[in-house]
Amino acid sequence: MSPDRLLFLLPLVPLLAAVVAFVAPGWSRRAGLAAATAMPPLALWTAMGVLESGMLSLPLGGWTAPLGIALRADGLSAVMVLAVAVVGFFISLHAAASFPGAGVQTHRERFFWPLWLLLLAGLNALFVSGDVFNLYVCLEITGIAAVSLVATAGSPDAIRAALRYLFVSLSGSLFYLMGVAILYGGTGVLDLVLLVEVVAGDPPAIIACLLMTGGLMMKTALFPMHFWLPPAHSSAPAPVSAALSALVVKGGLYILLRLWFGPFADLVGDGAIQWIGGLGAAAIVWGSWQAIHQPRLKLVVAYSTVAQLGYLFLLFPIAWSAADRTAAFTGGVVLLLSHATAKAAVFLAAGNVLAAVGNDRVPSLCGLSRWLPVSAFAMGLAGVALIGLPPSAGFIGKWLLVVAALEQGQWWWVAVLLLGSVLAAVYIIRLLGPAFVMPDSDQPPNPVSRIAEWTAFALAALSVLLGFVAIWPARLLAASVGSGFSP
Amino acid sequence: MSSSAFVLLGILLSSFATGCAIFFLREGSHRLRTGLNLAGATVKILFVVALLRGVYQGVVYQISFTVAPGVTLALGADANSVFFVTLSSVLWFWTTLYAVGYLEGSPRRSRFFGFFSLCVTATVGIALAANLVTFLVFYELLTISTFPLVVHRGTRKALRAGRVYLAYTVGGGTVLLLAVAWLQSIAGPVAFTERGALGAVVDTHPVQLKILFFLFVAGLGVKSALVPLHGWLPRAMVAPAPVSALLHAVAVVKAGAFGIVRLVYDVYGVETAQQLGVLRPLAILAGVTIVYGSVRALVQDDLKKRLAYSTVSQVSYITLGAAVFGPLATLGGIVHLVHQGIMKITLFFAAGNYAETLGIHRVSEMDGVGRRMPWTTIAFTIGALGMIGVPPLAGFVSKLYIKQGAIAAGEAWVTLVLAVSSLLNAAYFLPILYRAWFLPPPEAWPAERETGRFETHWMLLLPPLFTALMVVLAGVFAESGLSPLAWARIIAGREYGP
Repeated sequence: MSPDRLLFLLPLVPLLAAVVAFVAPGWSRRAGLAAATAMPPLALWTAMGVLESGMLSLPLGGWTAPLGIALRADGLSAVMVLAVAVVGFFISLHAAASFPGAGVQTHRERFFWPLWLLLLAGLNALFVSGDVFNLYVCLEITGIAAVSLVATAGSPDAIRAALRYLFVSLSGSLFYLMGVAILYGGTGVLDLVLLVEVVAGDPPAIIACLLMTGGLMMKTALFPMHFWLPPAHSSAPAPVSAALSALVVKGGLYILLRLWFGPFADLVGDGAIQWIGGLGAAAIVWGSWQAIHQPRLKLVVAYSTVAQLGYLFLLFPIAWSAADRTAAFTGGVVLLLSHATAKAAVFLAAGNVLAAVGNDRVPSLCGLSRWLPVSAFAMGLAGVALIGLPPSAGFIGKWLLVVAALEQGQWWWVAVLLLGSVLAAVYIIRLLGPAFVMPDSDQPPNPVSRIAEWTAFALAALSVLLGFVAIWPARLLAASVGSGFSP
Repeated sequence: MSSSAFVLLGILLSSFATGCAIFFLREGSHRLRTGLNLAGATVKILFVVALLRGVYQGVVYQISFTVAPGVTLALGADANSVFFVTLSSVLWFWTTLYAVGYLEGSPRRSRFFGFFSLCVTATVGIALAANLVTFLVFYELLTISTFPLVVHRGTRKALRAGRVYLAYTVGGGTVLLLAVAWLQSIAGPVAFTERGALGAVVDTHPVQLKILFFLFVAGLGVKSALVPLHGWLPRAMVAPAPVSALLHAVAVVKAGAFGIVRLVYDVYGVETAQQLGVLRPLAILAGVTIVYGSVRALVQDDLKKRLAYSTVSQVSYITLGAAVFGPLATLGGIVHLVHQGIMKITLFFAAGNYAETLGIHRVSEMDGVGRRMPWTTIAFTIGALGMIGVPPLAGFVSKLYIKQGAIAAGEAWVTLVLAVSSLLNAAYFLPILYRAWFLPPPEAWPAERETGRFETHWMLLLPPLFTALMVVLAGVFAESGLSPLAWARIIAGREYGP
């Protein structure tokens, strides 16, 4: 089977597993783990296909665009699909290990697996969608699944956060859909590649661009639309927090990249590009500042997500006028991967702390290195990546962006990037410092599953090791340059 | 894999693999951990010997690895690398032995020795780095791996010191990153090259290069404790004695000083730096640091703090040597890289012995300690006299060449700085020696421990004796072909044009 035909399997496998998990709750865990294990090879296969042929595409039902809809994957899609598969795999393992043992199925787990698998299906579909309406459908699926997952925590706080998240998510999708409708009304085209040819600088297109951008900003929690993120991400169960911060928010960002560097490229001037970068900069400063002052571990980590998303928006102005766009994009993508793995690791480790100590207030971290040495180490390694210290992927990503920005003389972004690192160091050390304090007892109050500890560690180690192989995402991105779909 | 890559990676991995393995050891497996530690240290020395032999026979060592577009990690072995890597691997061996004895019976040893090994990996990485990006990577790795060592005791005071340490080093690292990235955007990726790597850029961007030079100095100055960036060093003294020894003599402070040597000679090139007029301000900065450190050392009663301020002062001799134009000063500065290392490590080993065996932490408690612990005190005395610059010890040789270099370069004020510093060195070291040898010992020591046959545990006694011997030999046989001075002469010879 050629890799082109494989594209529909990416969403289909987790979707089928979701159905199985829903109708046969007794099999949910097995179905979930099976799908999670199948996804990395599928993603790898996709990536190999992209490396070979530059772009994969599969017209569904044999109808080509503009009549039918097409699934497409280029280098950027392949990177995202790989991230979903690998991070999703470890999150699934952690979830399976941290829910109570077989036989005792809680209410929470009953709903977790179907929703989680639906989320994975939605994300995979999003990253291989080739047209703007399909993207809308995927956004909606992931949004609903994510909101419901937050609600599975069941606490009043979580329900409140989930409702707020639902409101933002639905409004975001709605704005986006209105934009799609205007675009379709004006051009009669939905396909991303075809749109590039037909979008002109007329007012309807500009309004569509504004609506879609606004909607996606809400979904991605770009400052100042980030207010829903910290409560939602911090009150969800650990695997859910990890998935939300590591993967879900990247969906909106991905679509924005596709649109701004694709169909809307002629609409977006230098001013708008600097403006969206400015919002990213504000997110970095504000998010880090808030992270420094949060009383609870998971809130610190959630605000750190607000800040780290800001870095990804610096990619817009830095890549826009770069002489070598691929290098700048590689920087952004490596940073994205670093954040996906590191943030998932920290949230999973935070879940372990919560399970061991019973609360996640920052002073409770005292003695962590003795009680949960593996989780503490995971937090340390992931912290290195989040700060952007070498040799982690976070460093390589920042380095590429810094060099690209300096080469164009956009020194103000350099200042923001470096300031962000320093602020990140402050909140990471605030968490890690107490971990070195000697506890009174040798054992934590509650035992923690070893698998739960090592999954966090594996993700953290990945976030560092990726720094040594940043050339791989670079190759994937370079493979599909000029294929018409790629930014 | 070629034998060149094998040797270079071997030097790096011998401690990296050891460190990773030690993290997974249970606290109780004392013998296995000690065995691994010493085996790793020995294997590293063997690899370094192989490297020395190869370099002597003219083998070119080079290995590189592209991690991202435009980012290449490269290791190599030029004269400077070989010099520093030899120093750090030899001293690591003795520090490891010392640390095993020092930490016997204390908790969390696996974590300690794991990070200890990573710290040395970072140091040899700094030594072997062949381009600026690689240097930066290992430089930051050093920050990360030393933080857990500084806060090892887990007390409030240690945590506070750790935070201060990180605030300084992460700040310095960020400035360094900016400098490296900025230079790369002007001149492309910079590989270390004897007599300078900037080429034509010097003529096109002179102003930016001047600014960049001081940005580099600010970034590197934190670790090398240039005033006013030295504040973290005395506070980091809460760490266990082997860590202080390592920090001061081999790893952190030395890495900063080595970075400045690299900056002046192998990035800018000393002739270019002179032409840009950036050496004089650097020399003044170093001179101020030398005098300031000595003055502060004078008033410290805490022995380790006194030694810490003494480090602030002594390490800047290296910077001073690099900042005075001319082969003689270069020679003195570079040879001090090794000389300061062996003298300071001796002093810290001895200070650790006093604390561990008798509970002595303050200078005022040292009355008559020479009678109770003669061998340790002999080592301390040699180290202290070397620091003052008494002939024929190692410190004398360094100071002599820097002084001659300064006179040759017409910088007469430098000789004044050196004279004042020597006087101050004598003023804060001689009273200690007087107390230790000539005053009567107290009725009871603050906290004496049972030590068995020798005056203290043999693992604590052997390292200072060995390094003290090196201080004597490096001075007495300075003119022989195998001395640090001979090697420094080769380096100095290559950094100046015909």
